[in-house]
Amino acid sequence: MAQVMFDERADQMAVSGEGPFRISCDKESLAGAVSQRACVFCGSRVVLYPIADALHLVHGPIGCAAYTWDIRGALSSGPQLHRLSFSTDLRETDVIFGGEKKLLAALDELIARHHPAAAFVYSTCIVGLIGDDLAAVCRQAEARHGIPVIPVMSEGFKGNKRAGYLAACQAMFKLVGTGDTSGISPQSVNLLGDFNLAGELWIIRGYLERMGVEVVANVTGDGRVADIRRAHGAGLNLVQCSGATMELAKMMEEAHGTPFKRVSYFGVEDMSQALYDVAEHFGDPEMMARTRALVKEELDRLYPQLMELRRDLEGRKAAIYVGGAFKAFSLVKSFRLLGMQTVLVGSQTGTEADYQELAAITDPGTIIVDDANPLELMHWLKEKGADVFVGGVKERPIAYKLGLGFCDHNHERKIALEGFSGMLSFAREIHRTVLSPVWNFVPRIGGRPS
Amino acid sequence: MLLRHTPKEISERGALTINPAKTCQPIGAMYAALGIHGCLPHSHGSQGCCAYHRSTLTRHYKEPISASTSSFTEGSSVFGGQANLLQAIENIFAVYEPEVVAVHTTCLSETIGDDLTQIVDKADKGGKIPKGRKVIFANTPSYVGSHVTGFSNMVKGMAMLAEHTGKRNGKVNIIPGWVEPADMEEIKRLCALIGVEIIMFPDTSGVLNGPLSGEFKMFPEGGTTMDDLRAAGDSMGTLALGEWCSADAARFLDTNCKVPCRVLEMPFGLKATDRFVDALRIIAGAGVPEEINHERGQLVDMISDMHQYFYHRSVALAGDPDQLIALTEFLVSIDMWPRHLVTGTPGRAFEEKIRELTTGLPYEVNVKSGAAADMFLLHQWIKNDPVDLLIGNTYLKYIARDEDIPLVRWGFPILDRVGHQYFPTVGYKGGLRLLEKILNVILDRKDRDDPEQTFELVM
Repeated sequence: MAQVMFDERADQMAVSGEGPFRISCDKESLAGAVSQRACVFCGSRVVLYPIADALHLVHGPIGCAAYTWDIRGALSSGPQLHRLSFSTDLRETDVIFGGEKKLLAALDELIARHHPAAAFVYSTCIVGLIGDDLAAVCRQAEARHGIPVIPVMSEGFKGNKRAGYLAACQAMFKLVGTGDTSGISPQSVNLLGDFNLAGELWIIRGYLERMGVEVVANVTGDGRVADIRRAHGAGLNLVQCSGATMELAKMMEEAHGTPFKRVSYFGVEDMSQALYDVAEHFGDPEMMARTRALVKEELDRLYPQLMELRRDLEGRKAAIYVGGAFKAFSLVKSFRLLGMQTVLVGSQTGTEADYQELAAITDPGTIIVDDANPLELMHWLKEKGADVFVGGVKERPIAYKLGLGFCDHNHERKIALEGFSGMLSFAREIHRTVLSPVWNFVPRIGGRPS
Repeated sequence: MLLRHTPKEISERGALTINPAKTCQPIGAMYAALGIHGCLPHSHGSQGCCAYHRSTLTRHYKEPISASTSSFTEGSSVFGGQANLLQAIENIFAVYEPEVVAVHTTCLSETIGDDLTQIVDKADKGGKIPKGRKVIFANTPSYVGSHVTGFSNMVKGMAMLAEHTGKRNGKVNIIPGWVEPADMEEIKRLCALIGVEIIMFPDTSGVLNGPLSGEFKMFPEGGTTMDDLRAAGDSMGTLALGEWCSADAARFLDTNCKVPCRVLEMPFGLKATDRFVDALRIIAGAGVPEEINHERGQLVDMISDMHQYFYHRSVALAGDPDQLIALTEFLVSIDMWPRHLVTGTPGRAFEEKIRELTTGLPYEVNVKSGAAADMFLLHQWIKNDPVDLLIGNTYLKYIARDEDIPLVRWGFPILDRVGHQYFPTVGYKGGLRLLEKILNVILDRKDRDDPEQTFELVM
């Protein structure tokens, strides 16, 4: 039997409640690891892709565009241009002689045909190497067509997804501040870091509307270029997700004085807290009263149903492995609300502070891990006797092979999990998968009765 | 109308691919490598490539896909990836214990000029490859060819393991090409029925359509063994299925190990399966067993029973050259009309072959390969000349929905249906399944559209 972890990775795993908590993270993955991580391009693409009236052109060989073609359920209420796949499809001759001419021609053709509100041009590994001057081509296209044409410096090898988030934020920041902010209510927010998967952002907008808060820009789920251009007129930035858009919030604070709050819309506690934080920020007693009424109304509706599901789930064990660690906080709390214990929690790109907080909110003995590989995950899932695994596309079949339930909390989720209604959907999904009769047909891990 | 952006008027595009009918080389190399027993595919490039390929293969097979990556950084991109790959090889054998590591390059490592022959040699001499284990490799730059080219290159990488001892082993090499694990199983079944002993590579059956066992195995049961790959150099001959996918490896064995080869079409449909079975029969020096004759008869029987529904139905297809060539022949043979075809894989020979197969039909077929032969173009052709049926991968569902045309999912990737892992479409049995799929969508459509008066119970 091979060792479970590379020696070099030993400090990227820790157990909560066992002495002072120390974990190493934000390291490059070891060469040769079967890492679940992705690249810079991937990070930029997932953040910007939901802006539905922009053109998204991938400058590189076909793969980068092909693998990101409409794989994310980031819903748009209007334009669907973002769901098409546009690529300069660089060939060998382009790699030798440069792809600038091709890029400009592609932009000319696409902008003339689709009249997008802006264009994002994604750089890929190869573009970084052959030295195409992306910025110059974008400037040329911008001058020619009169729309913002923004280079996204997302060469894959420059780091992991987090570096891609930063590149995306830098790209969006070029738009912010270029629109007219007249008519925006002082009690207004931008929603940062929500990608409207399965329509989640619409749920949150609904709550804010009921509170009397205006939403200026969605960044980026169901996003529109014109909204982002005037986003600096909003009174507050609400930043969700593990830092995908945190940099943009920081840039806006510095340049435009827009304050920001970090929030999560997953789970009852965090959802309520997010709404209270907004009401508190605006210091409007009437808004706070409306918020209290909203939360009460939602909880009154939710709790009886939730408790019914909890009866079946009480005492079950959950394992979590997600892209960003911030989401994991809410998941740990949500499982607790369902009477379930989190026995493993990990992320691809968490920071030291993230992991410290995870150690603080999880029960002693919980395994906390950074940048895990499938063998490690399997080992701990078995050792800890998890009943359900929360992860993304690559983790799903691993869970099933082991005979565990699975919940997709990533790109491919089909069910809205945010908000109060989302908590119920989440509980139903966990109920459906943990108690599925299919597990009666397979040996459960550790020979436990199902 | 998700594709409302597609105009009917077709203009020349030189700089742009929209909604591709292909993807890049490395994923083909990864799929092929999964067909070796105990093999860990390794992506020599940035982490994203490996993650994307694993995700796409996972979506298609609904199976865990393990592959490692050199995890390139800015430093390795400037100074070369040799250190990363050497470190990776050492780490992989230490922790994952594969029998084989199959390294493929990416546009990144190709452009910085990493020399795999030299690096792997260095790893070997430096003792980083444990005794009895192997590192094979293929050059798969993303800016050349397509995913099909990458598959072919890795299969050739496997052929390089073949050893020619001069003593024939009486076996036949079968290189099945990029077909599904279920197809590979079916090919093995046909060979066994005819009594031909084979070495098939790659073989993803048992790897990518495995059972739920309560265990996660990084290296499942299936796959071509190293011993078989070595022995391929002593085989009597090689049957390569598909010029694009398999011919290079077969010719390599021919040149280097004196194993004579024959390149056939992939055995999709009646005539192509006939040729495959005939080739096997000749090699075995035996007659065609009754069981296979029986299956052939069943396929002909179904065609005769339902031929009125196939008659002059026009079809638009997107996919890979070897598959489309075989399918076009099959469709023409049952009186259907392949009307528009695109493949993102470059190759003038593909277009010529399709024209040859469709000569005699009362229209000129639209066929294009390579750059700008994408689903956008296919959609434009369909807008100008509508068709009754679409055949291709899941990405055709946008056109199917917008134009309200029935779709048979066939090819790679299939992201929204199951079955391709388990039920073959090669051979006569596979032909039955293909026709069943085609008939189902055509007849479902008829049931949906027929007015009440002519809505039929019996069809």
